[in-house]
Amino acid sequence: MIPSLDLISGVLAGRQRDVARLITRAETSDDECRPAINALYHHTGKAHIIGITGVPGSGKSTLVKALATAARQMGRRIGIVAIDPSSPFSGGAIMGDRIRMNDLSGDPGVFIRSMATRGSLGGLCRAALDAVDVLDAAGYDLIIIETVGVGQDEVEVVRASHTTLVVSAPGLGDDIQAIKAGILEIADIHVVSKCDKPDAQRTIGDLKTMLMLDMPRDANWMPPVVGTSAESGKGIGELLKTIQTHHNYLYTSGRIQDRLRMIAESRILKTAEELVRLRFVRHQAGSFIAQVAQRQLSPYQAAQQLLDE
Amino acid sequence: MSSPIRVLIAKVGLDGHDRGVKVVARILRDAGMDVIYTGLHRSSEDVVNAAIQEDVDVIGVSMLSGAHMTHFPRILNLLKEKDATDIIVIGGGVIPDADAATLKKMGVADFFLQDTPPDTIVNSVRTLVEARGKR
Repeated sequence: MIPSLDLISGVLAGRQRDVARLITRAETSDDECRPAINALYHHTGKAHIIGITGVPGSGKSTLVKALATAARQMGRRIGIVAIDPSSPFSGGAIMGDRIRMNDLSGDPGVFIRSMATRGSLGGLCRAALDAVDVLDAAGYDLIIIETVGVGQDEVEVVRASHTTLVVSAPGLGDDIQAIKAGILEIADIHVVSKCDKPDAQRTIGDLKTMLMLDMPRDANWMPPVVGTSAESGKGIGELLKTIQTHHNYLYTSGRIQDRLRMIAESRILKTAEELVRLRFVRHQAGSFIAQVAQRQLSPYQAAQQLLDE
Repeated sequence: MSSPIRVLIAKVGLDGHDRGVKVVARILRDAGMDVIYTGLHRSSEDVVNAAIQEDVDVIGVSMLSGAHMTHFPRILNLLKEKDATDIIVIGGGVIPDADAATLKKMGVADFFLQDTPPDTIVNSVRTLVEARGKR
């Protein structure tokens, strides 16, 4: 086995095998890779991170392909982290995001990685941001995180990206859906996909009405609504421009600092939770489980003791 | 911690029959593996590039079109070129026994042809990955 620290130079040089291997090790919570990932963190922070979320079948993967293709023509190097669900029973996963992105395969300026949720809720997987770091360090300057197909409340992606896109497809629900709390509130940019369909204009209208009533997260950034059709290419160029406008806005307004701090805070908390989880899984589980099951300890007492040890 | 085995399942060339390969994907998923399915009509280059980016342990290629003597050797060669021979190649579909034997000599680790029981596929994948060891 190649030590992870020996993969660093390959990652920094953009060597795909080393990038891929280090992501795998981060994904499996391998302690051995931590010094390498820590070291790489100092080489990150250059990429623009875009989160794309939406309900299953809304066209996220297809949109990612269209965006990546357009951004490649502008000379950007694209990293894509595409997340699909793991089976809650077997733990296995079938990941099919690549099916929609096959035209990108073979372009050395595009790196696509499929990741399974492995029990994470919230739309991301635990190691998604480690993967983003590795890609960032490897020189991919536009990184797209595609969440699992989400419902109404999986909003973790907003604490992972600089610019969040929420994809809505026409024909799913009425204007009441648009005024509910949750996922629609996290968008920096709304995308209405499949906008060659006849009812797309209505979906765009519903979203715009919602936004007029909304208290935006940022008074100076009213989330635009962009209609796209990956099939005809309509709206893709406009969307890419809008993404760039948002990026420029974050930097000229200084709001980028808020985003970076929010991402950092969330990552520390998530990582701490993960460390506790791993400690539980690896060492202490047995005795505590029995004591709680037999009502000798409350779950809270057991958790407290685990943390104190 | 043990990591799930990662498998890339691919259909190569002008072969549009993917019912079998989807069943295999499902079998491996139910055995707790991470399965990445590429979809139809991929080139050998696509498959090898995807396998490297996904850092898979195994590439499984299903061929029912008769082009196996072209695509399997190409995939094996590309893996050699890219210094990625630690990735195990297995095959499935409709492949004459004599061709399967030839391809095994060239480096395909195993073939699962029609009527292979699901357990045989799962056990073989696990055994092959275990035998290769950690990388």
